Amino acid sequence: MCLGVPGKIVKITGNEPFRTASVNFGGAVKGDISLLFCPDAKVGNYCLTHAGNALEVIDEKLALETITLLQTYST
Amino acid sequence: MKFVTEFRDKEVAEGVITEIKKVVEEIKKNLKIKLPIRIMEICGGQTHSILQYGIHSALPEDVEFVHGPGCPVCVTPIETINLALELAKQPNVIFTSFGDMLRVPGSDENMFEAKAKGADIRWVYSPIDAVEMAKQNPDKEVIFFAIGFETTTAPITSAIHLAESDGVKNFSILTAMVRVPPALEVILSDPECVIDGILAAGHVCTVMGTKEYEPLVEKYGVPIVVTGFQPVDILSGVLDVLKQIRDGRFEVENAYGWVARKEGNLVAQELINKYFKVIDRKWRGIGLIPMSGFGLRDEYKHFDAEEKWKNIHAQKEPEPNKYCGLVLTGKIKPTECPFYKKECSQEHPIGALMVSSEGACAAYFLYNKDTPAVAKAMAGKGRN
Amino acid sequence: MTYNLECPVTGYKGTDVVTKAHGGGGKEMQKLIKEMFTKAFPYLQSKYDAALLKISDPTQMVVTTDSFVLEQLTFPGGNIGSLSVHGTVNDLVMMGAKPLYMTVSFILEEGLPMRRLKLLVSLLARAAKKAGIKIVTGDTKVVECSHTNPGIYINTTGIGFEECTKKQVPHLNKISVGDKVIVSGDVARHGMAIMSVREGLELDTPIRSDSAHLCFMVDGLHKRKVFPAFMRDATRGGVATVFNEVARDSKIHIHIDEEKVPVDDDVRGLCEILGYDPLTVANEGRFILFVRPHQAQKVVEILRQFEGGEQATIIGEVVAEHKSGLVTAKTLLGFEKIIHMPAGELLPRIC
Repeated sequence: MCLGVPGKIVKITGNEPFRTASVNFGGAVKGDISLLFCPDAKVGNYCLTHAGNALEVIDEKLALETITLLQTYST
Repeated sequence: MKFVTEFRDKEVAEGVITEIKKVVEEIKKNLKIKLPIRIMEICGGQTHSILQYGIHSALPEDVEFVHGPGCPVCVTPIETINLALELAKQPNVIFTSFGDMLRVPGSDENMFEAKAKGADIRWVYSPIDAVEMAKQNPDKEVIFFAIGFETTTAPITSAIHLAESDGVKNFSILTAMVRVPPALEVILSDPECVIDGILAAGHVCTVMGTKEYEPLVEKYGVPIVVTGFQPVDILSGVLDVLKQIRDGRFEVENAYGWVARKEGNLVAQELINKYFKVIDRKWRGIGLIPMSGFGLRDEYKHFDAEEKWKNIHAQKEPEPNKYCGLVLTGKIKPTECPFYKKECSQEHPIGALMVSSEGACAAYFLYNKDTPAVAKAMAGKGRN
Repeated sequence: MTYNLECPVTGYKGTDVVTKAHGGGGKEMQKLIKEMFTKAFPYLQSKYDAALLKISDPTQMVVTTDSFVLEQLTFPGGNIGSLSVHGTVNDLVMMGAKPLYMTVSFILEEGLPMRRLKLLVSLLARAAKKAGIKIVTGDTKVVECSHTNPGIYINTTGIGFEECTKKQVPHLNKISVGDKVIVSGDVARHGMAIMSVREGLELDTPIRSDSAHLCFMVDGLHKRKVFPAFMRDATRGGVATVFNEVARDSKIHIHIDEEKVPVDDDVRGLCEILGYDPLTVANEGRFILFVRPHQAQKVVEILRQFEGGEQATIIGEVVAEHKSGLVTAKTLLGFEKIIHMPAGELLPRIC
């Protein structure tokens, strides 16, 4: 139900609340991603996008902590 | 891809699988816990990932996945699809939809066939594209087929917000959005429920937060862990569920905290609440579930396609058989449905769960877990 | 009574769009053939209804036909003209044949701007020259257009000469258990190139199609005395379709290591956001080879010397006979799954 993909915001255009972003998904940069739900999103943030909308800015620190913790199972 | 590749790391996944096996051995020492342990995942995206990466094969024998009603394509009633087809055939209408719905048959045809016969049906990546289409075609009426769970309700809301702000009059939606917690309530409240733990959908919780699941764990004593969609995400969710079962706990745990916050996205929730109210909705295969859908508020009914085309009615279709609901709620496996792979197949789907590749029956069909020849072919290979 | 004897001269300089008259067989069509097609196609035997061809051994003749019906006439990395040449040539080359001649039949929609037609014809001619195939005869029809973007449909017939001996010629029956499966380059490029310029999906940097002819690569193999058991180019339905077709028709079990299939980052990124499996996405310049195990590494090295072959990789093997055909893949986690024949029209997902 929820094909959501993380990508890095590389450009923001427009004015509140209808700001849109160009988001880099591992090399494919797509524009017109709505930032309606992420009013604090900045260039350089990673956001989770679904159907042309950024749903949330990713907490990079927590993501790193989580993967580090999970890596301990394989050591 | 950052935040994707790390959660697809093979070594990390193998480490978590080893840990899962350890915890399962500990669980087996407690004779009060019935085996196999059944973990329900309730998102089509989770089902897709499990099958894509073979995660179901990674689990020890005593742990099974049950594919829950997490596929909005599967749970959209046939009468809604029939209505969509009728609307698409109206003069001057451009009917837009996500790609998933185009192949799903109504009573007599699917969207592809209707398009071939002259209806202007177009797939879009985002509901906002449908609003733009309405702006570019002022002499047409653009309708968007609004299916999805809470995750997709957010982009649908942003489309309505844009249309309202820009005064777009020739745009409307056919609402079919559904909510996860009431469906879970139906499943968990069944006296014959066999679910021991739940993987909740990470992107639904990104929008709505995890608080809606607290009352469910309190009432039914079943662990619920929110997960993402990559193989490591799902495996770590399974591990967390198993640990709770081992320890005799039941609580809502968030294994996707870097995306889904406990409170969810408050901006999204406020906007959804502005335009939509919670309503009763019928789910294909289950029936009417109270307060399980979203509908437009009265003051925004000008965006409601059913209001705009009040005179269009689609014939109601009786449910094909009771087995869809039994599989949907995890009570039986697809292989236990008498129509599975006989009257109901991927080429000729009868039931909800065969039409979309995330439906439980389609998943079984595609991955042929039940075919002896394939099982033998795979078993004989030893390529792990 | 006085008369005004002025006669205004029209500024009309002739049509700049295709009209029904251009398909009518009369003056307008003759003009189109003379001024556009004969100039673009130097080997066109335009004075006759059919072309007389020289072929040294008619029992070694290979024929193919193809049609090209794109909505978008041009796309990043290609156009319908070059696509029609590459598609035709590749069908011949996959049989081990040397492409010789081609026919081109145009069905033009009324209202198509002449300069557009001229451009596509010149691009088609250029692609044919590069691939070493001669366009010898053609046809033109014009149909009414019911929409605002008149287009062009192209049908071709390709004729080649089978240079391989019976022992060398690729054939489904020649595939054996133990043969390695090789892909000639990165996949899913063409399908995603078309998507990346679709309205609503435009990428800031569009993806370039892999549309190309495969003559040099196959010729390169033959020159080094390598004759694969079988070859097929991957087009619509992606490499997954090729695997399934070959498994079914050769009655074999093909096993692929999914991680080894090369996919470029930008292509993978667009596949991710649309929910596409790269194995099912269209290509137009990639092929799959089935070769004996001792030759596999040599084949990869040869392919990598050519443009488009830089990412040639061994991706799997034929593991067993199988009466109805089976394709499996090792997933990232090391487990098995089945790769099915993709469904008809591939659509992006929301789930």
